[in-house]
Amino acid sequence: MLILIKTNLNMSDNQRKAYWKENLRYLYILLAIWFVVSYGFGILLVDQLNEIRIGGAKLGFWFAQQGSIYVFVVLIFVYVYLMNKLDKKYGLEE
Amino acid sequence: MSVLTWTYIIVGLTFALYIGIAIWSRAGSTQEFYVAGGGVSPLANGMATAADWMSAASFISMAGLISFMGYDGGVYLMGWTGGYVLLALLLAPYLRKFGKFTVPDFIGDRYYSNVARSVAVVCAIIVSFTYVAGQMRGVGVVFSRFLEVDINTGVYIGMAIVLFYAVLGGMKGITYTQVAQYCVLIFAYMVPAFFISIAMTGNVIPQFGLLGTVTDGSEMALLDKLDQLHQELGFAAYTNGTKSMTDIFCITMALMAGTAGLPHVIVRFFTVPKVRDARVSAGYALLFIAILYTTAPAIAAFARTNLINTVSNQEYTSMPEWFTKWETTKLITFEDKNNDGLIQYVANPNTNELNIDRDIMVLANPEIAGLPNWVIALVAAGGLAAALSTAAGLLLVISTAVSRDLIKMQIKPDISEKNELIAARLGATVAVVIAGYFGIHPPDFVAATVALAFGLAAASFFPAIILGIFDKRMNREGAITGMVVGITLMLFYMLKFKLGKFGGGGPEDWWFGISPEGFGTIAMVVNLVVSLTVSRLTAAPPEEVQAIVEDIRIPSGAGDAIAH
Repeated sequence: MLILIKTNLNMSDNQRKAYWKENLRYLYILLAIWFVVSYGFGILLVDQLNEIRIGGAKLGFWFAQQGSIYVFVVLIFVYVYLMNKLDKKYGLEE
Repeated sequence: MSVLTWTYIIVGLTFALYIGIAIWSRAGSTQEFYVAGGGVSPLANGMATAADWMSAASFISMAGLISFMGYDGGVYLMGWTGGYVLLALLLAPYLRKFGKFTVPDFIGDRYYSNVARSVAVVCAIIVSFTYVAGQMRGVGVVFSRFLEVDINTGVYIGMAIVLFYAVLGGMKGITYTQVAQYCVLIFAYMVPAFFISIAMTGNVIPQFGLLGTVTDGSEMALLDKLDQLHQELGFAAYTNGTKSMTDIFCITMALMAGTAGLPHVIVRFFTVPKVRDARVSAGYALLFIAILYTTAPAIAAFARTNLINTVSNQEYTSMPEWFTKWETTKLITFEDKNNDGLIQYVANPNTNELNIDRDIMVLANPEIAGLPNWVIALVAAGGLAAALSTAAGLLLVISTAVSRDLIKMQIKPDISEKNELIAARLGATVAVVIAGYFGIHPPDFVAATVALAFGLAAASFFPAIILGIFDKRMNREGAITGMVVGITLMLFYMLKFKLGKFGGGGPEDWWFGISPEGFGTIAMVVNLVVSLTVSRLTAAPPEEVQAIVEDIRIPSGAGDAIAH
């Protein structure tokens, strides 16, 4: 049932490992930001951030209801940009 | 023209549009039926995903929920958007590279086991039915209020429409209908929001209006004003909320992981041509979703302020028309406990005289704000677009689970393409009927039911898929035990604390103070721990499966979604 297509015979094991390692590094960094803006600013540190104001809203409240969402959108597009660059570096772009 | 006439016109036009698209994009092959032929552009896929994703709960219930929950409502806002980051970074590109049609496909192949495939099919069906029930209910609510028909009749009409384009067009029909539905629903959501934002804060953009000051001349920040109103009536301050931090954390996590694990969302990323398209279409999807999700908290705060100003301590006889209209649907109830003819809307249940169903906040908002009749009709069409698009996506998952994952892959592998397509269409028909039944006999109000579907997805699929990609050593035994334990635990908790089975129990009995909505996080962690432990105690997966994992980590050469 399984058809295995080795799609990248021209890619050495070392290259694969290096590609995967760089990919994981991007994931750690981007997911750390993802965690900090939502769980950090919006939940765990909400009381501290609420001492600061952004316009007519408390900052912690704003992160929980709007700010984190803006950051999420930016994170995905940054990821797309970084990965496209990485694919190019390893000759994997299509 | 009256609201009713406008509603018939606008709803009629949008329905004609959906049906027209369905006829234009009929599916001719199973590949078109399952994944729209794999040729959808990332932008169109982003829009379709957004419509697929934003359900009756997002459109109708969410702003209302936030309106009543204040800060606590952030769990829905963060949870239902943050999941896309997980989806884009951890799932979508790899699953697209894997190149099959369904989530059970991935689970079955990656864990080289038809038992794993069957467990995944059962999980997909449980999750999707829990979710679709809420959609059909949403359709019924909109119809009953705006077209002044019986809720059940509304559900029947909704069933007929979904049946038509889901059965005819499969994923192809659904995708292009969803693009149209996204446009209708976002327009319908934003127009009243602009009007209300101007009325309340003088700022046309609701996202900024939320940070603005009220227009009554006091120069007070809107949110401060709302906090003050809340405290005067004995409610917790709007910007503080009442849930414990642990519960907020767990609910948000369960919704995020659940979002990333929902089969009807994941399957959308099988429809684009390449891995890089899968990545960027997740970005577009979240962008389109974020437009609504950053507006919702603004509408919530505006509606809440408006509502309190309109009803609190006012004479019952001087209430505007919308108030009495919604009273007839019993979604607003008033009982003059102290016989003073005034409406006391306060936190104390003994003296509170007014009950408002949170589901009506968005639907009633244009009327509360005194907007023109066509805007009110537009909101009805938007609510229907949201409910129908999600219902269709879910029904496709259910029918695919039956025709492909069950019949084609397990019972009758030599089924012809034509018969498989017939099986898929029959599956969709049966699913619509069952969904309609749930819509007429709803388990709970819309958003609560939907929220639980996320817990189930988080507890079952999310760990199995993530581990399947990122842990090469994860094997059949680990994944199956993990999924079974995870979903059983979640179902048990849900039945016990939500539906009163197994002795029931109230909030004081919750484990670690975590609500059923947030328990998916615990069940997910249990699933992860069980999977990892069991996998390390049993044999490593075969060589060729480890090669699959290696292969999906490299983006190039994704090719078409293949059938065998």
